[in-house]
Amino acid sequence: MSNLPDNLKYAASHEWVRSETDGTLTVGITDHAQEALGDVVFLELPEVGRKVAAGESCAVIESVKAASDIYAPVSGEVVANNSAAVDAPESVNADAYATWLFKLRPDAPAQLDALLDAAGYSASIAE
Amino acid sequence: MNAPARLTPLHDQHLAAGARMVNFAGWDMPVNYGSQIAEHHAVRRRAGMFDVSHMLALDLTGTDATPFLRQLLANDVARLRQPGKALYSCMLNKNGGVIDDLIVYRLADDDYRLVVNAGTADKDLAWMRSRIAAAGANVTLQGRRDLAMIAVQGPQARELFGTALPQLREATMVLAPFVGTRVGEAFIGRTGYTGEDGLELALPAAEAATAWQALAAAGIAPCGLGARDTLRLEAGMNLYGQDMDESVSPLDAGLAWTVDLRDESRDFVGREALARNPATKRLLGLVLEAPGVLRAHMPVHTDAGAGETSSGSFSPTLEKAIAFARLPLDVEPGDRVSVDVRGKLLPARVVKLPFVRNGEALI
Repeated sequence: MSNLPDNLKYAASHEWVRSETDGTLTVGITDHAQEALGDVVFLELPEVGRKVAAGESCAVIESVKAASDIYAPVSGEVVANNSAAVDAPESVNADAYATWLFKLRPDAPAQLDALLDAAGYSASIAE
Repeated sequence: MNAPARLTPLHDQHLAAGARMVNFAGWDMPVNYGSQIAEHHAVRRRAGMFDVSHMLALDLTGTDATPFLRQLLANDVARLRQPGKALYSCMLNKNGGVIDDLIVYRLADDDYRLVVNAGTADKDLAWMRSRIAAAGANVTLQGRRDLAMIAVQGPQARELFGTALPQLREATMVLAPFVGTRVGEAFIGRTGYTGEDGLELALPAAEAATAWQALAAAGIAPCGLGARDTLRLEAGMNLYGQDMDESVSPLDAGLAWTVDLRDESRDFVGREALARNPATKRLLGLVLEAPGVLRAHMPVHTDAGAGETSSGSFSPTLEKAIAFARLPLDVEPGDRVSVDVRGKLLPARVVKLPFVRNGEALI
């Protein structure tokens, strides 16, 4: 079974979200997602300053096998992206939770409540 | 559509090794055992093995076997003089489209072994039986689902194979490239689909698990369909259903070299259609010169007109995205083109195939 830390929130589209003390949200993809994708070889991340809507495709991850979209888990503004991950895409496979992809300043922090907890995400991928 | 996936005689071995399984042509097959890229490098640098039991071995025997195959296949089995020598060929329909691509080994004038693709096996058998009936040929065609098949590939493949299976070592070591031989109930061919030296072993299904375990114990890495695809792509080898099918002429799919027109009296199926319809495209390689990954069915813009990729992926050996593309006839290796990658036009360089052979980058 894949690894699902309890301190994170999850989107059914396989992103994880961590709330930071400064009010921003850190986003990556789940261990389940990296395992399904296989060896990751390319990442395209959103520019800092871009406004994204919840559910909007805002990044691309490509493995040897396939390309997948990454969706904004909530609405907000991109305040950082992880260029180290772009330079070493395989780090997503090595540790999907240590390898964050971008950070958002959410428009409405209450949108976080719509995301899944570890048990809810675990149930969604078991279906 | 929803029939349960078929299992090869090595299915338990894949599950025990923690393989990630996928449905491929109706078979539950390993796509990787962890890292597809690591498996790819194992084959280029040392040795890897693939369960290819989903493909179908066929025995075609009888006094008319040679004339029948000379009429059935676009390549000419009369070229095979040395016993056991193998030939890669397309089997065409009357319109010149590709029903399947296959390997045929000539063991004797009246004794051939063929290996066809998994997804086309039933269609191939039906077609071949109809051709046998139409020709009234004195041949017997037997599908060999009683066999398992393992491809062992890589610069150290033959050496490690001989260590793992000493009873087959001697036969293996004297085998010339592109030659196959029977050893008791087993069949070994020095052939493959990776661009490396190696062997393909067919053996009774009941003996497959023991052989697989011995090969693994000798240090040969189990490899899945994922690595098989990137290896064949680097090696410039077509994949049926992707780079050609019944709607594509071999002349447009980079396979003109497999269509043997030398004997003008040989009236093989599809010959007339190919003579009427010369090539309209040429198959060449693309190397992406920007970050990103090439995939099948991406539009290609060239100074000579439009083209399209037929296969693409990330090349672990070159660490760049590569593709096969069907391009206008005036496009030449060295030309610069642009590829529509998910809505963005990215620059690519046209190259001759293959990209990699025997561990060496050729581009």
